[in-house]
Amino acid sequence: MKIRIKFSKFGNMRFIGHLDTMRYFQKVMRRADIDIAYSTGFSPHQIMSFAAPLGVGLISEGEYLDIEVNSTDSTEESLRRLNLAMVEGYQVNDYRRLPDDAKTAMSIVSAASYTLTYRKGYEANLNFARFRQAIADFYENRETIPVIKKTKKSEKEIDLKKLIYDFSVSENTDGKIMFSMLICTGSTDNIKPELVMEHFYSFLGLELQQFTFQVTRHEVYTGSVETGFTALIDMGEIIP
Amino acid sequence: MSQLALSDEILLTIDQPARYIGGELNMVKKNPADVDIRFAMCFPDVYEIGMSHLGIQILYDMFNQREDVYCERVYSPWEDLHQIMKEKQIPLFALESQDPIKSFDFLGITIQYEMCYTNILQILDLSQIPLHACDRDEHMPIVIGGGPCTYNPEPIADFFDLFYIGEGEISYDALFELYKECKQKGYSRKEFLHKAAGIPGIYVPSLYEVSYQEDGTIQAFTPKYEDVPQTVKKQICMNMTEASYPRKPLVPFVKATQDRVVLEVQRGCIRGCRFCQAGMIYRPVREKDVKVLEEIAHDMLQNTGHEEISLSSLSTSDYSGLKELVEYLIENFHSKGVNISLPSLRIDAFSLDVMSKVQDIKKSSLTFAPEAGSQRMRNVINKGLTKEVILNGAGQAFEGGWQKVKLYFMLGLPTETEEDMRAIAELANDIAIRYYEVPKEQRNGKCQITISTSFFVPKPFTPLQWAPMCTKEEYLGKARVVNEAVKNQLNHKSIRYNWHEADVTVLEGVFARGDRKVAKAIETAYENGALFDAWGEHFDYQLWLDAFEKNGIDIAFYNLRQRNLDEVFPWDFIDDGVSKEFLKREWKRSMEETVTPNCRQQCSGCGAKSFGGGVCYENQN
Repeated sequence: MKIRIKFSKFGNMRFIGHLDTMRYFQKVMRRADIDIAYSTGFSPHQIMSFAAPLGVGLISEGEYLDIEVNSTDSTEESLRRLNLAMVEGYQVNDYRRLPDDAKTAMSIVSAASYTLTYRKGYEANLNFARFRQAIADFYENRETIPVIKKTKKSEKEIDLKKLIYDFSVSENTDGKIMFSMLICTGSTDNIKPELVMEHFYSFLGLELQQFTFQVTRHEVYTGSVETGFTALIDMGEIIP
Repeated sequence: MSQLALSDEILLTIDQPARYIGGELNMVKKNPADVDIRFAMCFPDVYEIGMSHLGIQILYDMFNQREDVYCERVYSPWEDLHQIMKEKQIPLFALESQDPIKSFDFLGITIQYEMCYTNILQILDLSQIPLHACDRDEHMPIVIGGGPCTYNPEPIADFFDLFYIGEGEISYDALFELYKECKQKGYSRKEFLHKAAGIPGIYVPSLYEVSYQEDGTIQAFTPKYEDVPQTVKKQICMNMTEASYPRKPLVPFVKATQDRVVLEVQRGCIRGCRFCQAGMIYRPVREKDVKVLEEIAHDMLQNTGHEEISLSSLSTSDYSGLKELVEYLIENFHSKGVNISLPSLRIDAFSLDVMSKVQDIKKSSLTFAPEAGSQRMRNVINKGLTKEVILNGAGQAFEGGWQKVKLYFMLGLPTETEEDMRAIAELANDIAIRYYEVPKEQRNGKCQITISTSFFVPKPFTPLQWAPMCTKEEYLGKARVVNEAVKNQLNHKSIRYNWHEADVTVLEGVFARGDRKVAKAIETAYENGALFDAWGEHFDYQLWLDAFEKNGIDIAFYNLRQRNLDEVFPWDFIDDGVSKEFLKREWKRSMEETVTPNCRQQCSGCGAKSFGGGVCYENQN
């Protein structure tokens, strides 16, 4: 039986890396007495996979892992036990049964939404109106945004316009600026929010300093612009 | 959630930020304002090593059971962070509250191996606490040392306010009560330390005076005041079954060296190997009741979610409840994907049967620690393992499908000859021959035998404490003899040989049996950049040679002398319950190549019976 689990990672736990988060959840399964299935062989391991690794330093409200179980309690009871096994900074938000033929989250992820806020001392000297105009000029009103993407091995030209599905800016009552974006994730064209901001800053004639933004991931999706995006959790059913 | 001591910028720049943020599973949270005593417990090495240490887990749990104490943890910042903290003057902090160590009441440092001595200075330095105990003012934490190296604390005595000699379970309550009382009455640091010297097991180095003879050996070691005891008696826990044990140990995010439940089944060892300090200082053997262990194992696995449990002791095969305990663990947890790890187990029919149930035979290897190649040499060190036993165990294992063998030996033991060295290679060859006696269809291809040798370091409170060591060049010469001998064996293609660094051994020798004069060299080495000396890639021998030279420390004096039986040792003021007379007897028997029976075969009158329990009173109602 396949189960999809959605969790948040926040506070000081943003400094826990992806591999350590995986190890953390392996132990969580045992503490919460989840009847997780093991692979066969002499060193059996839990059947568990994560959707999209989250970088160190990022906060998330929409992390996913898929597991296989031999049997399960209800969504409500499983959530209760999982959350009793959590440390502060991790919280399990949902636990749903997937169809037996469902593909793993990892293989179907196509987009993720993020918000970015300024770390103290890194604020730009531009106001909200200026940023809004700039997003229109940089993103909304352009057909293509050709940029060079550097990888470890090579450099290649990509079109950012095709990989950014949404990009906006907002201002809260304290006058704090926040950027929101929905960008391509998981496939070979995977991009990071910092990459978008780097090119946006450069478009504004600014240089983006390291550590400028605290990035929060909100949701991870499957689908496409044409078919529409579906949050990964919506593919599963609540277990009564 | 605590406000972190380090900024996001720093944490995102350094390696493994998870080492420095706390917040692990089962971390104890208290409001520091609600307690009388803030205790920072330190393992002076990197987080992954420190978090693997059982002793800290036991004391952390035990101290925090007291409502008036908040015990937190601190480990050595890795070099990347060390640089940043020095540069930006960031004081070293505890993981739980992220508060500076210098604001604590106590800084307790466990000292497990000699090569961490510069790391101790790093902890003090980064904490902005003066390195020398005599320079600390009333507001500074009381710096306590504990652990095996405190059985000769003299080389680091200048850096500590006090040492706790023995097992932590016993005297800390008295120390905390005294501290509270002194604080309440407004007593000074000095007055507190003076009173603390009266608590059993507490050694306050500043209250003793050492005078030396012309040849550099100790003339006298005397208390400065009449009410300060002449000897400090080791404290041990006699009721291990009821001793405090953490049922909810901390579980780190980062993969620690010991990423498993550690279940201590007993303390001490009956074997009496003459080189082994642990075998002497943890006397007598004290077992835990198997039923209680089963209950603890269950709780610990439930509370941690670990996928492995390790049965820990100096010689787990000698634990009388082993069979029952292992059966319980296999029956109740193996089907739940929990692995059972059995280090320090003798290879015999029982252990092979257990291992075949819980391990992948093709991947796992058999470990033997004969410690010496020839029977003569093994008799000198009282290692009761014979060639027949090894070949028998290996043979059974090979027939059961194993093909990998690890062998551990020491070089540089007293009276060692080239013949003894070559016997190491010959023993490995005999094991290989035994392998190829197994019918071909039962074998798993070629056998792989790995020989590792370390160089022997005589330790205080062992029968070999009088023995001379060798020079670095002599050690390497010994390794060459073994290497040549391996090459000359018929089955040399099945044998691999590794040997330890000789220069580290030389330093360990100086620290293990050093006196107060050595402290200056440790300080100089730290000032010149020595840190993480236990980590091969960080160790710089020349730096140490320079530090010794600058401070007039002669390595030969500490390492190359054969000590006289009547020499006053720097550690003689400690009474570990094993009499010096017994050690002398054992030293003589060692030179006569005579084996001494183990504690269960026959009592040898070592003195540990005075503790009133354990193996000394087994089968006596």
